[in-house]
Amino acid sequence: MGILAAITAKCAEANVNISDMSQTVMQDLFVMTMLADISQCRVAFTDLSDTLKQCGKEMSMQVHVMHEDIFNSMHRI
Amino acid sequence: MLNTTDIRETIQMIQQENLDIRTVTMGISLLDCADSDIDAACRKVYDKIARCAENHVRACDDIEKRYGIPIINKRISVTPVALLTAAAAEPVMFAHALQRAADTVGVNYIGGYSALVHKGFAAGDTALIESIPQALSETTKVCSSVNIGSTRAGINMDAVALMGRVIREAAEATADNHCFGAAKIVVFSNAVEDNPFMAGAFHGIGEPDCVINVGVSGPGVVRSAISREGMENADIGQIAEVIKKTAFKITRMGQLVGTQAAAALGVPFGIVDLSLAPTPAVGDSVAYILEEMGLEQCGAYGTTAALALLNDAVKKGGVMASSSVGGLSGAFIPISEDAGMIEAVKSGSLTLGKLEAMTAVCSVGLDMVVVPGDTPSDIIAGIIADQAAIGMVNHKTTAVRVIPAIGMKEGDVLEFGGLFGSGPVMAVNRRSPAKFIGRGGRIPAPLQSLKN
Repeated sequence: MGILAAITAKCAEANVNISDMSQTVMQDLFVMTMLADISQCRVAFTDLSDTLKQCGKEMSMQVHVMHEDIFNSMHRI
Repeated sequence: MLNTTDIRETIQMIQQENLDIRTVTMGISLLDCADSDIDAACRKVYDKIARCAENHVRACDDIEKRYGIPIINKRISVTPVALLTAAAAEPVMFAHALQRAADTVGVNYIGGYSALVHKGFAAGDTALIESIPQALSETTKVCSSVNIGSTRAGINMDAVALMGRVIREAAEATADNHCFGAAKIVVFSNAVEDNPFMAGAFHGIGEPDCVINVGVSGPGVVRSAISREGMENADIGQIAEVIKKTAFKITRMGQLVGTQAAAALGVPFGIVDLSLAPTPAVGDSVAYILEEMGLEQCGAYGTTAALALLNDAVKKGGVMASSSVGGLSGAFIPISEDAGMIEAVKSGSLTLGKLEAMTAVCSVGLDMVVVPGDTPSDIIAGIIADQAAIGMVNHKTTAVRVIPAIGMKEGDVLEFGGLFGSGPVMAVNRRSPAKFIGRGGRIPAPLQSLKN
């Protein structure tokens, strides 16, 4: 409970806009994927990443913060 | 629009299948550091490396965070130091300068305590090669390589004999430290100038002043791809296709990291090395890929064919994915660093003879092979000569990194720890090649026509 609220609150604090989101359960694990726009982000990417990871840790969850370039380069020709 | 399946696949590759960037290696030319005053030369070497690589580690750390991809090693390769010792004696002082520079900038290893002697010894070469055991025992991060043969020049048998002795002496000089000196020496035939992987990395003389080369990893990802549902009854052609697609994704990741690192450091991007580099971590093994294809255990008949298929498919997928592929590019088969290889040696399935056959189709050669501590230098030289001949005749890079485990015999295990793993001591054929090796001279370059 409150996973979405906690993560989005941290994003809002950093002025990061959530543009898309999906949730699913994979192999009994809750998986939430968010597409966030960091163009107006007020903090450095590495700081945002650290904040969100820490936030996940406090809820016993793992958070991966990855720039979209990595997915585009690996999965698009 | 991003596809969530692609996102999850990427995260699974990194989290569960050990996908990582094995190394981002900065190549630095030291040609402008030559000086007949050894102190001045060493100072120039230190200053140049410290200046060029000042931000190397920090840039890699930033990229690691930005893309969520582990970058395991940050390394430096330099111009073969023998080119500098031609002007100044006492080569070991250069090794200490390299070590100091590596410590200052915070890299894991620095390669290039090297000489290129495939056709003969030039001024400085012999002194450098003879100093390798001392240099490697007095430093921790310096790596050494010597090129003793090539398809165009043949094999320098005097250098082969010398390297047999040097490897033994390096192991003896570091006997109290897992004989680790010998693990930091690679003897090449057809060495490449842009290899980012240690211990064989050096910055070739045809390279720019400073350049970023990237080595990817990913045996766990390839194995996982061919063990997916639906692949159970796939034919070999389908397996090759799956490997190609997987190699494509891995290489694209390497290309992205390389170009970003180069841009952040303001130096040209060199190459992505497509090598599948195993680690001792469970699942991150090239041997397991071969076994997943249908071999009971690595070393069984069919292993060489399976490895040839793997090596070729990795290259085909990778070449499509990157604008600039180079280095060694293929599948590494280091024994001590690959859990499946270790098991295969321990069970008796994989012998040195079969391993030699595999080196004819893998990306490099006999790598991290531990031999009994009483193996004479002539036999080590014989092993080097055989590997060099395979490389010379087949127009490919081959290499020897054997570690005589001082005080150990066949069946014992030499523990290195970390990425270097643990090496079971392998049996060697004790028949002596001493007379053949002792003849010296040069094996002439092979004919380039009448290919049969």
